[in-house]
Amino acid sequence: MRGGWNRREGLINGDFILHLDEQATARGGDGSGANGSGTGQSADVPAIRLVGIEKRFGPVFANRNIDLTVAKGSIHGIIGENGAGKSTLMSILYGFYQADSGDIYVNGKRQKIPDSQKAIAIGIGMVHQHFMLVENFSVLENVVLGVEGGALLGKGMDKARSELKRLAEEYDLRIDPEAIVEELPVGLQQRVEILKALYRGADILILDEPTGVLTPAEADHLFRILGQLRDQGKTILLITHKLREIMAITDRVSVMRRGEMVGSVHTAETSVEQLAEMMVGRHVLLNVEKTESKPGDEILSVEHLTVIDKRGVKRVKDVSFSVHAGEIVGIAGVSGNGQSELMEAVAGMITASNGTVRINGEAVDVTSKADALERRHRGMAHVPEDRHRTGLVTKFPARENMILGYQDQKKYGQGTFLDLGAILKETEEFMVDFDVRPPDPNLKAANFSGGNQQKLVLAREMERNPDILIVGQPTRGVDIGAIEFIHKRLIEMRDAGKAILLVSVELDEIRSLSDRILVMFDGTIVGERPAGASEQELGLMMAGIADTSGVADKAATPSADTVGAE
Amino acid sequence: MDFLQTLILTTDSAVRLSVPLLFACLAGLYSERSGVVDIGLEGKMLGGAFAAGCVAAITGSAWLGLLAAILVSIGLALVHGYASITQRGNQIVSGVAINFVASGLTALLGQAWFGRGGKTPQLPNTARFTEITLPFAEPMRNVPVIGRIYSDIISGHSLLVYAAFIAIPLTWWILYRTRFGLRLRAVGENPGAVDTAGISVAWMRYRAVIIAGILCGFAGAYLSIAQSAGFSKDMTAGKGFIALAALVFAKWKPLNALGACFLFGFLDAVAIRMQGTALPVVGEVPVQAMQALPYILTVILLAGFIGKSIPPKADGVPYTKER
Ligand SMILES: Nc1ncnc2c1ncn2[C@@H]1O[C@H](COP(=O)(O)OP(=O)(O)O)[C@@H](O)[C@H]1O
Ligand SMILES: [Mg+2]
Repeated sequence: MRGGWNRREGLINGDFILHLDEQATARGGDGSGANGSGTGQSADVPAIRLVGIEKRFGPVFANRNIDLTVAKGSIHGIIGENGAGKSTLMSILYGFYQADSGDIYVNGKRQKIPDSQKAIAIGIGMVHQHFMLVENFSVLENVVLGVEGGALLGKGMDKARSELKRLAEEYDLRIDPEAIVEELPVGLQQRVEILKALYRGADILILDEPTGVLTPAEADHLFRILGQLRDQGKTILLITHKLREIMAITDRVSVMRRGEMVGSVHTAETSVEQLAEMMVGRHVLLNVEKTESKPGDEILSVEHLTVIDKRGVKRVKDVSFSVHAGEIVGIAGVSGNGQSELMEAVAGMITASNGTVRINGEAVDVTSKADALERRHRGMAHVPEDRHRTGLVTKFPARENMILGYQDQKKYGQGTFLDLGAILKETEEFMVDFDVRPPDPNLKAANFSGGNQQKLVLAREMERNPDILIVGQPTRGVDIGAIEFIHKRLIEMRDAGKAILLVSVELDEIRSLSDRILVMFDGTIVGERPAGASEQELGLMMAGIADTSGVADKAATPSADTVGAE
Repeated sequence: MDFLQTLILTTDSAVRLSVPLLFACLAGLYSERSGVVDIGLEGKMLGGAFAAGCVAAITGSAWLGLLAAILVSIGLALVHGYASITQRGNQIVSGVAINFVASGLTALLGQAWFGRGGKTPQLPNTARFTEITLPFAEPMRNVPVIGRIYSDIISGHSLLVYAAFIAIPLTWWILYRTRFGLRLRAVGENPGAVDTAGISVAWMRYRAVIIAGILCGFAGAYLSIAQSAGFSKDMTAGKGFIALAALVFAKWKPLNALGACFLFGFLDAVAIRMQGTALPVVGEVPVQAMQALPYILTVILLAGFIGKSIPPKADGVPYTKER
């Protein structure tokens, strides 16, 4: 097993042998077929073997000399931090990207996979991290796209409808074939993706971070289906960055780090700690240390906030809560349940249709205009969820990004001209303080890694010493080292008596940082829990199974209309 | 002249005037449904009209004229396709360029070849698509209402007019009942979904752009060798843009396109009829005011007063996998 993941030195030799014998099976620690769940002779031939796969995006090495062997009839996990290159590797296997070099063997046969058509033809199916669905199409249309069964739709659609019904029953993947995809909750949209792959007769199923959009209960359901598929002899590749899921369901697991394959191990012979260490390259503390909070005055209060989006859908429904000085209030929930809209309305990126927001006791106009600048003047800072779209102008250098939103402050220059020297000097200070690497104020934001980009945004907002910080997904796509750093800074800020509203879809993050946890489902806050709440309890609430405790909750809206926990 | 007579005549001319709009609007529909914005409808039509005028004048065959129009228009469409699909360039810039090139080249070549100030030679009827009288049009004339509609409005148009009106239901059928249509609609909404379903995004879009070329060829040929007897400089006179407005007005749907184009054609017919006639109260309405109406209506629509017009989601966005 150690040989399994300490294989990097061995690789150099391995590479050499490889050119002599392409069918070499006894390589390093990831010998194929070692896992006993396959039967008969074919079990000896791995379902998938990747050899020396390389892929670059411009200067970024997304995949570097990757070897991977996946046994037939197994569930093989691939784990790695965000940005490790998992999606890229899987997309190469699915023909979505072309590898720069390297070989792919499917069922022992060397294959060129120039496009997804080829991948589908040789029995590979993929559920993408960002769903590949036509949103204004029906479920049925999405399923048949590409395999319509003839130039005219009529007959093929009828066949697909009955086939879909059979699949739905066999795998407990019930869905209305006529439903329009954009009207379905994300969990069901994912179901459409799975059905698409099964409908095409996939033998090898790749799922890229499938549980990111699911409640814990939905994830369990998915895992049951995956188990069932494996028992039928299908091969499953499960990509995730959540260690616990890997431990729960996989037979083997391969770990990726910074574009490289660190190694493969039998799940039964490893532990969460070991996997974490392999992912990060060093020992990590999985828990954040913090003291009891000492809440002070109410800094932010939100009352009866309702947000209706452009399409007329109510995203936030009559939400009320408050955040006090010296506490972190976390908002948990499966993504797409209104957290983003709530945060954007409070931060002044969109208008609300109804409700009141107060900063330091004074009301802000939230319904007639969305004015983020005014909120900044009043002591609110905001780290948006999506640093590429709204957090940074990625084509601007760090120094220009560092003053965005604060560019009218006197210290950056008076009148028409900016004081470039002052800006440069301050950016340098901020970058050092937040350990942004490289600490070069003139580097374009796009050229920093994800974690450092995130630190740039955090530095910009947190160095202003705001009374209240609204922070969305502070560690999405950030390596564990940076996560530790960011968590520490957030706690420090809280201890300095600031109020923090944290929105995150990572339940672990919410649980380890928050002093109070609000859970959102379908646009409402279904309940509030103290810091120590268990994952199970929060998971149930995230699924819309409202408060079971019976304790009257100040923050909870009187919503018990549990819209079926689909 | 009684009111009914006026109405029938105006409607009849509205039918004729809406034909180039219909072809061009459908051309835009195929292109934009696939995700390629087509502001070059005008240029393709003009190029097609010129080609038809030249070839019909030289060969004396309307059919060869039509063929030439289609080929030239496809050629321009492929330039647009290459710029926007293969090279992933800016689709507006490419379309505008095509309009300029077409407008300049047709005037230049027309003058160089025929020396008549950019006009092609006057065509005899044998080298044109002329009006055809449908069966029973004469006897039907005496039947009240239906007879008049049949013989005065429906009958008595050139073949291309009927082709335009058949193209509408045909397009609807292709879009919603065929594999090609399903894929076309998908590629304009989410090319990623099409790609991962094992279908080539580029090839889908090229096919759509080529169809747009064919239809603009029809539109151009109609202008120069059916409606008139020869090409004249800049004879499209903004019809490509009105067709684009009609496409937005029609919310990118074929059956709506019929309504939108006919409405705009009708407004045009009314404008022509009202030239020089004073209306009670307002007096004489300037032609320009009537000509601007399609655009004004479209702006009102876009401002959200008449429902919502949402373009295909990937319209105008080049498909790239690598960020
Ligand atoms: N389409 C793309 N264009 C450019 N860079 C990309 C693209 N996809 C991924 N990358 C980069 O490649 C690296 C690996 O990304 P990815 O495969 O998505 O990682 P993971 O799935 O493990 O989170 C990252 O640095 C990412 O920014
Ligand atoms: Mg990924």
